[in-house]
Amino acid sequence: MRSIDPGNDYESWRRAARELLVAGVAPGEVLFEREQGLFGGAGGLREEPAPYRAGDAAKVPAAFVKLARAASCHREEGRWALLYRILWRIVKGGERDLCEISSDLDVAKALLLGKNVRREIHKMHAFVRFRLVATDGESGRETYAAWFEPEHRIVEAAAPFFRKRFANMNWSIFTPLGCAHWNGEQLAFSEGLAASPLNGGDSMEDFWKTYYRSIFNPARLKVKMMRTEMPAKYWKNLPEAELIGPLIQESRRRVETMHGEDLRPAKAAPRNRYLASLGEMSAAAACSGPSGNQSLAEMAGAAANCRACPLWKSATGTVFGEGPGDARVMVVGEQPGDQEDIAGRPFVGPAGKLLDEAFAQAGLDRSAMYLTNAVKHFKWTPRDTPRGKVRLHQSPAAGEIEACRPWLLGELHRVAPEVLILLGATAARSLLGREVKVVSGRGLIDAPKLAARVILTVHPSYLLRLPAGEVRQAAFAAFVDDLRLASA
Amino acid sequence: MEIGAKLEILADAAKYDASCASSGAAKSDSRSGRGVGSTGGAGICHSYAPDGRCISLLKLLLTNSCIYDCHYCINRRSSNVRRAVFTPAEVVKLTLDFYKRNYIEGLFLSSGIIRNADHTMEQVIAVARTLREEHDFRGYIHLKTIPEASPELIETAARYADRISINLELPTQESLDRLAPEKNMARTKVAMGRIRHRLEEASERKRDGDKKLRHATGQSTQVIVGADASTDADFLDRSDELYRSYKMRRVYYSAFSPIPEPSAVLPLQAPPLLREHRLYQADWLMRYYGFQTREILTPEAPNLDLELDPKLAWALRNRQNFPVDLQTAPREVLLRVPGLGVRNVDRILRIRRLTRLRLGDLVRLRVPLKKVQPFIVTADHHPSRYLLDSDRLRARFAPKPRQLELF
Ligand code: SF4
Ligand code: SF4
Repeated sequence: MRSIDPGNDYESWRRAARELLVAGVAPGEVLFEREQGLFGGAGGLREEPAPYRAGDAAKVPAAFVKLARAASCHREEGRWALLYRILWRIVKGGERDLCEISSDLDVAKALLLGKNVRREIHKMHAFVRFRLVATDGESGRETYAAWFEPEHRIVEAAAPFFRKRFANMNWSIFTPLGCAHWNGEQLAFSEGLAASPLNGGDSMEDFWKTYYRSIFNPARLKVKMMRTEMPAKYWKNLPEAELIGPLIQESRRRVETMHGEDLRPAKAAPRNRYLASLGEMSAAAACSGPSGNQSLAEMAGAAANCRACPLWKSATGTVFGEGPGDARVMVVGEQPGDQEDIAGRPFVGPAGKLLDEAFAQAGLDRSAMYLTNAVKHFKWTPRDTPRGKVRLHQSPAAGEIEACRPWLLGELHRVAPEVLILLGATAARSLLGREVKVVSGRGLIDAPKLAARVILTVHPSYLLRLPAGEVRQAAFAAFVDDLRLASA
Repeated sequence: MEIGAKLEILADAAKYDASCASSGAAKSDSRSGRGVGSTGGAGICHSYAPDGRCISLLKLLLTNSCIYDCHYCINRRSSNVRRAVFTPAEVVKLTLDFYKRNYIEGLFLSSGIIRNADHTMEQVIAVARTLREEHDFRGYIHLKTIPEASPELIETAARYADRISINLELPTQESLDRLAPEKNMARTKVAMGRIRHRLEEASERKRDGDKKLRHATGQSTQVIVGADASTDADFLDRSDELYRSYKMRRVYYSAFSPIPEPSAVLPLQAPPLLREHRLYQADWLMRYYGFQTREILTPEAPNLDLELDPKLAWALRNRQNFPVDLQTAPREVLLRVPGLGVRNVDRILRIRRLTRLRLGDLVRLRVPLKKVQPFIVTADHHPSRYLLDSDRLRARFAPKPRQLELF
């Protein structure tokens, strides 16, 4: 049986473990013990170690290094033997994927140690309380210090967080298991201290306690939850902890007082222009269609409150048409999609982008046209995809197209375009009043009641569904040709 | 009024808002700057109050004066609570002083509505602007916004904040009409939509290389549970819509809490804490476990079982899907096994490529055996049909009646 001093940290243990591996010492044949003597703590074999050669380096998976680094900060004595056993099994036992088996007895133990260590690091980030100890008269640079009592050797692992967050102040964190210091340039570590070198509190502690007292809601006491997340072992270094007892004790009385209060009647609204405007907005009557004398803008305002079919409920808002009221060309699509619903404007999503491209190729100026949809609210159904929860477009039903037609007709009558472009079957159905086969019936169609020139073509979203490549290119070209009929 | 007194009033006024996590910000720290602060990752709870809530941010109202009259709120105009107003400079100083002592992750700032929405937003923005521009503060900032504020102001707020939010408060317009008469569902949705639009634009710009762009990365919202007659299905349906439509990072459920200054319109009651907890669990199932709202709740049974967690309740209703073989079942099926969390499911997937799973493995993964056993098959375990098919299953899990929290 050999005895070896693993030192205090991962690096010293690693040196020792490497030498043991080279010497072929099995886990059962070695005791990891700290030296008690004068020269203890350096790590290394008690006997003269075999000289280390570069080729001896054992290859271990990164997962092991991560596991070992974390577990080695734990103060549990058996950690070194445990880690060596895992290392041995990986290197000599051929269990290369051992760290993947988190339910293995050894791995589970090491994982648990590592988890405790990570938790302790997290709690140190949370519960260190700095006090202002000095302010440089000239530069104004402040120096802060804190006393913290961690359970494990985590100061070095926890310190970089403070350096990043508090780079522009000087600070020291003193603990029994090592201290960390930052002076603006260098992060330094020193031996632990038996007791806090700090005395006196900090001028902000009273404000902090005031905050703690005020943010507590006595009506929802959950003491167990608090104790789980902020175990009592940390309390002695938390200025606010002295309030915990009194706050719990008073809470019942405070809640009883609330319940005993007289109920306060509602006060009338003050005279305030803004409140009045809110009232007007909310009072705007729900409606089911346009009325004859509305202008295009008034109609858009009224449509915002349309309730003529159920589609308004799950959409964000009405997406009304947009463009000059005297446009020569009016374009009618199907309904707004996810993007249009969010933006509140028609044709801004992927299909809209494609349409813009087609307009450009057909020599049409979007800003000179009036663009709208046959149905003004986005109809969707939930779908969970790898990218997250989305709203999947659904085609409007006949009843919904019907319900929304008055708005579309209202727009058509007011814009009274010379050219009307119907994109897809829904637009055609709404304005022609019958099922139309778009692919076979596309091109100029005869509908003089609607406009002098009526063009039927596909909806750009149809093009998006085609496989990219030649097929889509050809379809896109045909689409542009249809659009060109508008300027002929 | 001295600052301590203001702090007392304006922290008290802010404490009913639960939507104050400090997670999900873009990574940033103070090494390249003049000031303090870092963000990124999960955010830290720097303390816990005896109400079990995490104290992560300095959560304040700029003022608790308010012209609105939300009956669940202590700050409503009908309340006789003492009023106070912070100056922006006072909030800035408190934030920095607390931050440098490592008390907080940053600031969560909201305000009662004073004069009008834009004026109020401007005040809130002034604080954030001073922190960011004058003090180069790189900690977390969460700003509450008002749906009726102008879109430009909301966008300005998003420039300074890591998270912005609008509280929906109640899941239906009918409830809003009765309990928060100035608030409006449709306007709130429109504003949330606009925020999503801006957040997406900003993240696209960042992706396209605009590294300097500082912009909020997410929005969240809160609903109050137990103040109106809405069912759990009403809440979950609304949440599902909000997650899908506006890409909410989180919907917070806050049990309606007794307040001093109770309203005649909304008498006090004990806060439904268990219901709040179940809603969070159900919400979690929707977001991380692939459950649809309709699987968790139905029009016939629109409220969650208070006795059983919603996944277990679902499993008991769907016994035909069990037992599940841990060695072979796909991930989405494993996720539906009561007692298995996301992390353990992923561990099981890795382990089973290398070895056959036994109950001992589950013990070492610290899976609650009593809970999973009826639902799983392992190399050394097969649940008895009798157990799975009998009504005893429910009896096995229904808790003995007990006090929730003793003190
Ligand atoms: S889709 Fe049309 S008819 Fe239906 S609610 Fe919206 S605007 Fe009204
Ligand atoms: S708007 Fe409503 S919830 Fe907000 S502070 Fe005023 S009364 Fe309270």
